Amino acid sequence: MDKPILEIENLGKRYRIGANKEKYLSLRDEMSKWFSSTIRRKRAAQSEFWALSNVSFPVYQGESVGIIGKNGAGKSTLLKLLSKITPPTTGRIVRRGRVASLLEVGTGFHPELTGRENIYLNGAILGMSRKEIARKFDEIVAFSEVEKFLDTPVKRYSSGMYVRLAFAVAAHLEPEILVVDEVLAVGDVEFQRKCLGKMSDVATAGRTVLFVSHNMSAVSQLCTRGIFLENGAVACDGTVEEALTKYTCGQRNDAGELVLDTDSSKGIATLSRLYLTNKDGNIVDSFFVDEEMTLNFEIKFFKPIDEFQVSFLIQSSLGTGIYHCISRDQSGCCMLANSNNVRVSAIFLRNKLYPGRYTVNGIWIADKRGEMLYYSEGQGVSFDVPDTSPYVYRRLWNDRAIVHEVPIWDSSSI
Amino acid sequence: MISTYEDVVAPPKRFVSIDWGELWRYRDLFLVLAWRDIAVRYKQTALGVAWSILQPLITMVIFTFIFNRMAGIKSGDNTPYPIFLYVGQLFWLYFSGTLSDASNSMVQNAQMIQKIYFPRLIVPATAATTRLIDLAVAALILIGMMIYYGFAPKLIGVIIIPLLLLSSIMSALGIGLFLAAINVKYRDVRYALPFFIQTIMYITPVIYPITMLNKHHVVKILMLWLNPMSGVITNARAGIIGNSPIDWYAMGTSLISSFVYLMFGLYYFRNTERFFADIV
Repeated sequence: MDKPILEIENLGKRYRIGANKEKYLSLRDEMSKWFSSTIRRKRAAQSEFWALSNVSFPVYQGESVGIIGKNGAGKSTLLKLLSKITPPTTGRIVRRGRVASLLEVGTGFHPELTGRENIYLNGAILGMSRKEIARKFDEIVAFSEVEKFLDTPVKRYSSGMYVRLAFAVAAHLEPEILVVDEVLAVGDVEFQRKCLGKMSDVATAGRTVLFVSHNMSAVSQLCTRGIFLENGAVACDGTVEEALTKYTCGQRNDAGELVLDTDSSKGIATLSRLYLTNKDGNIVDSFFVDEEMTLNFEIKFFKPIDEFQVSFLIQSSLGTGIYHCISRDQSGCCMLANSNNVRVSAIFLRNKLYPGRYTVNGIWIADKRGEMLYYSEGQGVSFDVPDTSPYVYRRLWNDRAIVHEVPIWDSSSI
Repeated sequence: MISTYEDVVAPPKRFVSIDWGELWRYRDLFLVLAWRDIAVRYKQTALGVAWSILQPLITMVIFTFIFNRMAGIKSGDNTPYPIFLYVGQLFWLYFSGTLSDASNSMVQNAQMIQKIYFPRLIVPATAATTRLIDLAVAALILIGMMIYYGFAPKLIGVIIIPLLLLSSIMSALGIGLFLAAINVKYRDVRYALPFFIQTIMYITPVIYPITMLNKHHVVKILMLWLNPMSGVITNARAGIIGNSPIDWYAMGTSLISSFVYLMFGLYYFRNTERFFADIV
């Protein structure tokens, strides 16, 4: 077999949390920091954070590798190292081919320039030569579907047009190795499908593709091999199915149920447990469309309180808020706290959420005047809605819509 | 199909030299970015390129009134003050413009730096290129003034213009690269820079001839050796207007000191640029 086109050996990247992490520094800050650190020497130790450590794997020509993992698992750092944007702290990467990286669509687009001008600008930034761009110009324009507005400054474009043009340029790169970050999560569904098609053309044309996405179906469609990163290390490297299974299994642990450590809690109230149950009362982490779904919140009160209210948020995998439910909406009443430990449940008789992954979070507990007693930031449970359902007589496509509703249909002669 | 091409990405070494081959491979990007900066500059302005003429012209009128008529500063060699001032200003504006563009270039292109790899040097270097266009446009006024006052440039003057430009580019880029690298980490540069530029204008013979310093010997030597623009502007006047002989000593100090600035700037920039994406 040939030498691998990409060799990644013991790759590690360390970030210092503190000094360099802040977005905006001034000399004065630095001086006062220096001053305070000389006085309190011991506290000056900066905390270090290894975004990646000991990552090694080869990639052979023609492979399409999906890199998956939770937010903060090191996916983006890996891509940045592969694209030479930032240097590794340890290890090395041998690249035996021209790498084009697409960490964002429309990098360097200038709002004042026209579509035509931006094609040349963006193409050059992505590493195409002027000749190459000129040769592919018509193709790019046709793909982007913005012919009519080619000579309009892109600041007057709709966001859809902007993204289409930007992706069109990127789609016509012809590197030996293509590195793509979550860029397909943009544009409308039709265009996303077109982009995916283009990407699989690239992958099947014998080029090497490394692809990071949260869109599991896109990963499984595009990639043959999967690498699952967890806490900056490779947790699984195998076929895309193996990696995806491992990833989704790993997530199951904190899906469906969340038990919180309440020992160190202060204040008046806290959430001690959050879990999801089906009609039979079993704890589950996935609900079919139209299935009954119950959210259970166990709340611990540290001080006696007579009445309280609860709210929560259900968000899509992209973070879009779908439901914001507050208990008081039910006839304007508060709930009664008869004991120190209370279970609150919210029953959705028919789950209307479309196939996809959702999170219950932003749990808010307040007294009857609306004074906040507790708020869970970032902690929550997630659940899946599969794309087939025993209650629906057809297949439901991911991301085609947000909610599934069956209106009362009727037909009559006119 | 795998070529023999091999590129190793590894933790940075202590000292990094300039990768000329890579810069050459990225020449298209350099040209496109330079073109972008020129194309964008006067978009959505009513006067457009006229700004490149208006700015130095208005400054010249005001400075002539204040420094020549009111303060009584003379050119020292019977050159009419307006043309004396304008030649100095031409090079000064090129220098200060390039310096300020280069210093801000990294921060301005932060978005791009975080998302794509390219030799970072390209960005400050485009600043030096785009400002040449302004220089050329503003030089049109100079030609008009020379016709009006009846001056013709000497052959030697035309010959040294490239040297003068070279020295201006090296010094502006050298200091600019250093400040651009600092600016990535400390945004103080953005506030200090206008003040800094204004201050060095007064220690550069823009509004007065360097001969005014003949009595202050040490100051003159410091000025010539530390400020490359002193020699550049003095010789630009000598060469273009031709009322004084070329000061080869000043030419030498300019070229040497600007070269030192450039090397220092390049060294500092090259050895910090790899962290730009992490901290900008």
